[in-house]
Amino acid sequence: MDLFLQQVLNGLTLGGIYSLVALGLTLVYGILHVPNFAHGAFYMAGAFAAWWLMSKVGLHYWLAMLGSALFVAVIATVSERLVFHPLRKASGLHPMIAAIGLLLFLEAGAQALFGADFHRMETPYTGILEVGGVTAPVQRLMIVAAAFGLMVVLHLFLHRTVMGSTIIAMAQNRDGASLVGIDANRVAMLTFAISGVLAGVAATLYAPINLVYPAMGNLVITKAFVIIILGGMGSVPGAIVGGLIIGFAESFGAFYISTDYKDIIAFVLLVVILSLRPQGLFTRGMR
Amino acid sequence: MADAKTFRVGWALLFALGLAFPFLAGNDYHLTVMAKAYIFALATIGLNLITGYTGQFNLAHAGFMAIGAYTLGILTVDHGVPFWIAFAIAGVFTALVGWPLGLVSLRLKGHYFSIFTLCVGYILFLVIEKWEGLTHGTVGIIGIPAPSPVFGLTFDSPIRLYYLVFFFLVIGVWAMHRIVHSLLGRTFMAIRNGDELAEALGINLMRNKVLAFVLSVFYAGLAGALYAGFVRFLGPDIAGAHHTFDMTMYMLVGGLGTLAGPLLGALAVPWIEQTLQFLQDYRFIVFGPLLILLVIFLPHGVVGTWLGWAARRRARSAAAFAPAPAGRTDRAATPTTPATGGRHA
Repeated sequence: MDLFLQQVLNGLTLGGIYSLVALGLTLVYGILHVPNFAHGAFYMAGAFAAWWLMSKVGLHYWLAMLGSALFVAVIATVSERLVFHPLRKASGLHPMIAAIGLLLFLEAGAQALFGADFHRMETPYTGILEVGGVTAPVQRLMIVAAAFGLMVVLHLFLHRTVMGSTIIAMAQNRDGASLVGIDANRVAMLTFAISGVLAGVAATLYAPINLVYPAMGNLVITKAFVIIILGGMGSVPGAIVGGLIIGFAESFGAFYISTDYKDIIAFVLLVVILSLRPQGLFTRGMR
Repeated sequence: MADAKTFRVGWALLFALGLAFPFLAGNDYHLTVMAKAYIFALATIGLNLITGYTGQFNLAHAGFMAIGAYTLGILTVDHGVPFWIAFAIAGVFTALVGWPLGLVSLRLKGHYFSIFTLCVGYILFLVIEKWEGLTHGTVGIIGIPAPSPVFGLTFDSPIRLYYLVFFFLVIGVWAMHRIVHSLLGRTFMAIRNGDELAEALGINLMRNKVLAFVLSVFYAGLAGALYAGFVRFLGPDIAGAHHTFDMTMYMLVGGLGTLAGPLLGALAVPWIEQTLQFLQDYRFIVFGPLLILLVIFLPHGVVGTWLGWAARRRARSAAAFAPAPAGRTDRAATPTTPATGGRHA
C-alpha cells in the first residue's frame, strides 16, 4: 500500500511537470495552430538558465526560477517575432520545419556554451518528510504544489482578466477576435511569453531531481505532444488531465512493468489511442 | 520544351560527375564522404515521396533507416545470413513495418501525423537502445561484413564500395523518376493537393497512401542496409531524430516535391558541412537558423524556385511571341511553383 502511495506521489510529480510543459504547448497551438517543436528547447533553456543563475551567479533557488522564467519568456517572444510571425500565412509544413530549425539552434547553442555534459542542479530543499509510511522528498512535494498552484493562477488569468480573455477569444475564433479589435500580434507574443514562463518554471522545478543537459528537452516535449493529443490540441483542461494520465502511467509502469521501458509507455499509449480515436480523446478545441 | 532538355542534360552531367568523382577526389576520405552522402540521398529521395509528393511530414524516417540497417546487421552478424539475402530482407522488412504506418496516415491528418511519427521515431530509437538481446543495446553491432562479391566483383576497396553505392543511387533515382512521372506520381500529388477532392475523383486513397508509405520506407530500409554494409558498425544513434532533421534539411534546400532538389540538397549539404567542420557538434548553430531562413525566404528550395522562375519566364515569352487565348496563357502561368502546380523535375 505504501509503495502504491509512493507511485501516486511520483505520478503527481511527473504529471505536474508534464502538464506545465504541455500547457505552454497547447496555448501556442490554440493561437497559431503550429506544433512548436522548439518548446522542448525552451524547457532546456530554462533549466540551463536556472542552473547558471544558481551555480555561477549564486542566486537563491526562487530568484533563479524567476530569472529563468523571464529568460525563456524573452526567448519565446523573440522566436515568435523572428520565426513564426513571418510564417503565419505559410503552409502547414513550413512552420514545423522552422520550429525544428529553432530547436537545433537552441540545442547547439546550449552545447556550445555549456558543453554536452550533464550538470547537477542543487536544491535548497533536500529534506524528506515521512507521512504515514510514505517517504516524500520535499522537492517533489514542492513540485506538486507549485505546478498545480501555477495552473490555478493560469486558469484565473485566462478567465478573470481581459488579457487572458483575448487569448481565449483568439483561440476560439481568429477572425472574430480581430473584428472586435483584438491585436493578433500582441496576443501571439503574449501567448509565447506565457508558454515560455511555464516552460522555465517547469524546468527549474524538475531539474533538481533530474539532470541538466542540452538534449534534456527532447523526451519531455515528445511526451508533451502525446499529452496534448490525448487532451485535445489547444485544450487547457485537456493538457492538465493528459499530463496526469501520462505521469501516472509512467510512474506505475516503471514500478509494475519495467524502468527500462517507462519512456516508451507514453508513446505506446499514444499509438493505441490514435489508432482508435484519430482526433484525440477529448478534442473540442480550446473552450 | 527547353526545360525537359535542360533537365536531361543536367541529369547526364550529374551522372558523369558521379562516375568521374573517384578520379577527381584526391583521397579515400572524400570518396567516403561522398558515398555516405549518396546513401543519405537515397533515403532522402524516399522521404521526399511522402513529405514532398504526398504532403505528410514524416518525422520517423531515420527510424526506418535504422530498421533496415539493423535487419542487415543482425541477420549477417548473429545469424550468418549471406549479405545480399540479408540486404533484400532488410528492404522488404522495412516496407512491411511501414505498411501499418501508411494505414495510420489515412486517419491522421497534418500535425497529428507529424507528431505521431515523431513518437514512432522515439519508440524505434528506445527499442533499439533497450532491447539488448536483439540489438546489442548501446554497444551496437560490430563486425558487419562488407558486401559480398557479385559475379566475381568484389567490394573490398573504397573505390569499389563507392561505385556500388553510386549504382544503387542511380537505380533509386531512376525508379523514383519513373514513379513520380507515372499515373501513380500524379495520384500522389493529387492526394497532397487535397485528399478529399482526390477521393471524389475516384482515387483509391487507402491503396495509394499506403503504397506511398511502403515505397518511401522501402527506400529508407535499403539506404539503411547499405549504410550498415558501408560503415560496418551500427549504434542506436542511426535512429536518432537528428538524422531525420538532416534529411528534411536536404529536401528543403533543394526543393520539396521535386526529384532533383532533394538529391542535390543531399549531395551539397554534406560538403558545406565539411567546410564547416571546425564547428563539429555546433554546426546546428549555423544550420538551425539557415533552415529558418530557407523556410521564410526560399520556401520552395533552390530547384523549386528555379522551376517556378522558368515556368513564369516561359509563360511570359509564350504570351509575347504567340498571343494565345487568355485561357491558355493563364493555364501556362498558373503552375509557378512545384508545391502547388504539380510541375516537377
